[in-house]
Amino acid sequence: MTEKLNAEASNMVVGDEVMISMQAVNKWFGSFHVLRDINLSVNKGERIVICGPSGSGKSTLIRCLNRLEEHQSGSIKVQGIELNNDLKNIDEIRRDVGMVFQHFNLFPHLTILENCTLAPIWVHKMPKAEAEATAMRYLGRVKIPEQANKYPGQLSGGQQQRVAIARALCMQPQLMLFDEPTSALDPEMIKEVLDTMVELAEDGMTMVCVTHEMGFARQVANRVIFMDEGQIVEQNEPEAFFNNPQSDRTKLFLSQILGH
Amino acid sequence: MTQKFQQDVFVRTVEADTLPPPAKETGVMGWLWRNLFSSMMNYSSFGLSFKSLLMALFTALFFYIGFTQIVFLIDFIFVSAVWSDPTGIKREACWTVTQGGALPDGWHAACWPFIFAKLKFVIYGPYPIDELWRVNLTGIFGLVGLLWVLLSFLPYRKQVGIAMLTVYPVIAFMLLTGGAGKIDLLSSSSMILISLSLITIGRLSKRGFLGIILQEFANIIGFLGWALISYEVLMLLLSIDFGLEPVGTGDWGGLLITLVVAITGIVVSLPVGILLALGRRSDMPVARLLCTVFIEFWRGVPLISVLFMASVMIPLFLPEGVNFDKLVRALIGVMLFSAAYMAEVVRGGLQAMDKGQYEAAEAMGLTYWQSMRLIILPQALTHVIPGIVNTFIGLFKDTTLVSIIGLFDLLGAGKSAIADASWSSPVQAITIYLFVALIFFAFCFGMSRYSIYMENKLSKSRSH
Ligand SMILES: Nc1ncnc2c1ncn2[C@@H]1O[C@H](COP(=O)(O)OP(=O)(O)O)[C@@H](O)[C@H]1O
Ligand SMILES: [Mg+2]
Repeated sequence: MTEKLNAEASNMVVGDEVMISMQAVNKWFGSFHVLRDINLSVNKGERIVICGPSGSGKSTLIRCLNRLEEHQSGSIKVQGIELNNDLKNIDEIRRDVGMVFQHFNLFPHLTILENCTLAPIWVHKMPKAEAEATAMRYLGRVKIPEQANKYPGQLSGGQQQRVAIARALCMQPQLMLFDEPTSALDPEMIKEVLDTMVELAEDGMTMVCVTHEMGFARQVANRVIFMDEGQIVEQNEPEAFFNNPQSDRTKLFLSQILGH
Repeated sequence: MTQKFQQDVFVRTVEADTLPPPAKETGVMGWLWRNLFSSMMNYSSFGLSFKSLLMALFTALFFYIGFTQIVFLIDFIFVSAVWSDPTGIKREACWTVTQGGALPDGWHAACWPFIFAKLKFVIYGPYPIDELWRVNLTGIFGLVGLLWVLLSFLPYRKQVGIAMLTVYPVIAFMLLTGGAGKIDLLSSSSMILISLSLITIGRLSKRGFLGIILQEFANIIGFLGWALISYEVLMLLLSIDFGLEPVGTGDWGGLLITLVVAITGIVVSLPVGILLALGRRSDMPVARLLCTVFIEFWRGVPLISVLFMASVMIPLFLPEGVNFDKLVRALIGVMLFSAAYMAEVVRGGLQAMDKGQYEAAEAMGLTYWQSMRLIILPQALTHVIPGIVNTFIGLFKDTTLVSIIGLFDLLGAGKSAIADASWSSPVQAITIYLFVALIFFAFCFGMSRYSIYMENKLSKSRSH
């Protein structure tokens, strides 16, 4: 608890600049209506946790934010840039949005360092030496600089996920998306990844995390969003969300994941 | 109960010594045991005894057959073979007493003087003797370049590789043909103008000046422009006359033809195959359709009929007097054919890629071509190295089919050497076929070993 208060005093301030704005977003996979009328606004510096039952569209929602999935109606703006068919907009947004996946998705044929310097060199056209220096700095931040010359296959799951976080940070993004970053990990490795994410939050990064780690949500989130069947059913500050859920579906969900 | 239990427990206070492994685990004996005897040394039940005896029998049979075959081959090739013909009696050097020669009756082995006499023909075909240095020089350049690229400890491998793919073909063409290309200045300058304007259109449309539809195709337009202009520049280069005597492809033959066809096929089929595979998996319906039709067409016809079509049908469509080189026609046929096969091998590799790799690359903001080049293809191609090399080896051996349209490849040259009556003997044919087979085997086995070496190297550096 004290940790949280300290953090809030230092960096974790939410600005009033809008980072993400989704308005009446709908998406279908074929005839399956996966996102239904999503309205969501996230300010700069805000940390959002999205939870909900499997198949409720959480991944689809955050994948729409960097156009890994295409929405069919409504509007999504990231940093004021509209996500539409204009490739230039998509490129611009992807430069500023880092993403961490459930299964890490590191590039197995490249070393850890090469994984981290790839986007800076090829997308941001950064000189190699500078990119490597940046990469080493972020690898230091996730506490695995000594693994830089290994291949992903030689690292543990927790280490791989921290590399994935460092890799995303090397692009110096304005927004970080996490899609269940700890659910493919063995229990003893979850903490090291969550610690990294907490530190990131304390540095003021804008984050949208799909996760069922409720301790993490309580510690860093400004807002917890509950999704079910493609809709945002409820959103609230973490204390209120956990202590006083409004809808029955939220109550059921919480009782299931906190119950044991 | 607990009391008694505790008394029985022995707690070690000193670390146990590591013991040497039993002889069955290491060394020569271990290897023999694991690979040979363990399968036939179990007599613990009737069924297992039966199986073990059967295995022992098969092993003995296998060794007996293998041994006799190897002994026969060594005897045929080396021990009993005739190696020289000092008196110049040609065919009689390989005749037995009953046949009128000096060798003992029942002699049956290789007749190497025949090969030595035909070596020039089998390797170069009717290529003029005074110009053979050009072929040799081409071969030496090629060999040095190839080794340079393949041996991983040498410096500048990438640069050498690029030179081998760009400069070397031009040099090889010049040396082998004598640079006899002709050029029509008017048409080539207009082609250059067209390609320059294509490049410009590509540039402009990439910036979005020419509307959103053209923007999508900007890269393709630009690529076409560059391809066209490099082709024209190449043609201009090739038309330079260095004073070498022209040697038409009609005078090429033997191993030279085999290597020209095989290497061209191999070098072209991989990149074209990759493009076709990417096209077949692309989101653009037109590209997908074109690539699918292309691949299915060329895979659906036998190479022989492709070569026939190339040699018989194409000239029918060309205007009178336009003569399209027979070798070039065969080359194009082989290239398209092998590219289609390669495309399917590569597509297999692409199919096996984890979707997360595409997504991670995309989320980073890499463009399509960047993510293919840096992320997807390096992994996909590594996975299908056995398939790729399989296709290469198949292609190498399929080059023998060009003899059907009258090109004298290695096998064809060997066959026509048999027709020489001055060397006729019962072992003439078998000797030359053996020789040709050994050459083919050497090349194919080399490719196979190199691919295994590559696989081991790549899997070691990414060990899990
Ligand atoms: N590419 C796709 N094609 C068709 N259906 C999909 C696709 N991706 C996800 N879905 C479906 O959409 C629904 C929501 O998926 P997802 O966003 O992954 O859920 P969550 O992350 O909340 O578990 C699921 O029912 C899933 O089966
Ligand atoms: Mg999900």
